[in-house]
Amino acid sequence: MRTALRPLLAAGGSLALCGVLLALLGYSPGEALRAGLAGAAGSGAAWTATWLKTAPLLLTGLAVALSFRCGVWNIGAEGQFYAGALCATAVATRLWPDAPAPLLLPALALAAALGGAGLAAVAAALRAWRGVSEVISTILLNFVAIQAVALAVHGPLQEAARAYPESDAFPAAALLPAWHRVHLGVALAVVLAPVLHALVSRTALGFRLRAVGLSPLAARFSGISPEVHGFLALALAGALAGLAGAFEVAGVTGRLYEGLSPGTGYTAIAVALLARLEPLAVVPSALFFGALDAGSAALQRSAGIPSVLTEIVQGLVILLSVGFALGGSARRAVARDEASLAEEP
Amino acid sequence: MEAVLVAAVRLAAPLLLAALGELLVERAGVVNIGIEGLMLAGAFAAFAVAVASGSPAAGVAAGCLAATALGALFAGFAVLRRADQIVTGTALNLLALGATGLAARALYPGAIPAAPTIGEIALPGLSELPGIGPVLFRQSGFVYASFALAAAIALFLARTRAGLRLRAVGEAARAADAEGVPVQAVRVAAVLAGAALAGIAGAALPLAQSNTFTENMTAGRGFIALACVIFGRWRAGGVVCAALFFGAATSLQYRLQARGFDVPYPVFLMLPYVVTLLVLALATGRARAPGDLGRPHRREAR
Repeated sequence: MRTALRPLLAAGGSLALCGVLLALLGYSPGEALRAGLAGAAGSGAAWTATWLKTAPLLLTGLAVALSFRCGVWNIGAEGQFYAGALCATAVATRLWPDAPAPLLLPALALAAALGGAGLAAVAAALRAWRGVSEVISTILLNFVAIQAVALAVHGPLQEAARAYPESDAFPAAALLPAWHRVHLGVALAVVLAPVLHALVSRTALGFRLRAVGLSPLAARFSGISPEVHGFLALALAGALAGLAGAFEVAGVTGRLYEGLSPGTGYTAIAVALLARLEPLAVVPSALFFGALDAGSAALQRSAGIPSVLTEIVQGLVILLSVGFALGGSARRAVARDEASLAEEP
Repeated sequence: MEAVLVAAVRLAAPLLLAALGELLVERAGVVNIGIEGLMLAGAFAAFAVAVASGSPAAGVAAGCLAATALGALFAGFAVLRRADQIVTGTALNLLALGATGLAARALYPGAIPAAPTIGEIALPGLSELPGIGPVLFRQSGFVYASFALAAAIALFLARTRAGLRLRAVGEAARAADAEGVPVQAVRVAAVLAGAALAGIAGAALPLAQSNTFTENMTAGRGFIALACVIFGRWRAGGVVCAALFFGAATSLQYRLQARGFDVPYPVFLMLPYVVTLLVLALATGRARAPGDLGRPHRREAR
């Protein structure tokens, strides 16, 4: 019961601290809360905005949760998102623009998943076979992917008019079907959460991934390769984040351009941690941050309060979730220590 | 050519300062990927105080203080409470990005003012040397400070008792603890020193490279500094080379962009990251990192 309350406390505490900060800066926290709620859930349009912001956070949040569960510190969801968007755009505007929707949509989604997985696989391979920390390699690959997108929209994928550094608009067949602008990708993202939950907690593969996350050494003694499973977790995470990128270009923007992601891949870390790395809990967690995004955008429009407030909430949520989760799980920490003790020669 | 080299050294200085700070932190066995955020906090505090007081020196002090305060937050969570270092560092980056953006808009609702800047100091005699004179000896104080610090930190790590203790804490915290070294205190001190240097590095951006503050103005420099430490194989000399390499890559890219060369500039922006990845892949990464890097120290588990 108390552990179930903790994420609520982290989220509520972060919002409260933000309110204090706003008051210190001379804004009215009450007014901000009212305007934020109106912008996130006050109308049909507000709900649309919230769900559209939620979908990429949900998919990248699942990606981060999956890799963290396997003990892989994937900070690269941002780059994997861009890789996915890039591959989807290449398929939709260059490789197969005249294909019918029933073929084009699966093709661009597949290309995006492969693109994201491919980028993650670079980090995964370096980790498994060269011992390179995935933390640093995934961060570096984020910048590589961002510059690859810049290169593409200034070069091979640039619009025919060559006026702006952006891709051609997607053909109609490459746009996801939508209902009140809420595209199919939102529903797919929500459906993927229970699928991932089943994978992690109900399958042999999921068991092995978790075993590696809990103790690579114990896993190895049981015949589970930490290298292979770390690779799999990272590649699968990359595919999910890549899919998020495809849904963004094919469902929301209809084009690829620089700065497509407002730091989605980094917010995803907050999403996953608030969900305590449980795939099912990623849905409400992503919804919280999606609503925060939509609400803070409205805040900037109506009350003139900068929307960068969301980053503060994200940072606080992470600190409160990891900093104060420890007291209750001290026993688990000791168990982990015993495992690492066994590692000593 | 000379202009490219002058810019290379100028651009390398903040990278070098931040990387030297991270070097101390990592040699003590802690990874702080929040230096990007620390630099950003330093940049903003330096800018705001320099604008308000008219004194760039006061700005540098403020930048150093602000980053150290954030560093104390990191030390409290990641060292003392043993929260995950990577995750805590990520939180620091997000916090600094949000807080500086918010404060910038709240303090300067209209146009962002210009900050007083720190000019170049030509060292008498040396700056007249042909070739290297203007490149190395007609630079801002940040450049001289960064190179002096590199030498000082190399000596500190290799030749002093405190440096030996810091390395012991990073290589084998339990053994150091058994020898009576206060592991947690050494790590907190290293994190605070690293944060202070990251703050000064951040201050260099608005006070010596431009005269303004823009949201997210560090733009990944903290992550490059992180790469410099690995690229430089956890040694002060190596870190100097790495920072100069990245400075040169950035300077060259500006130059080619300004000349209107028909080389797509994202290639140059991508190059440092790709090169770092290649170096990491080809070097035997794990063997040279401090032994207890990233592992929280738990006395009761001895």
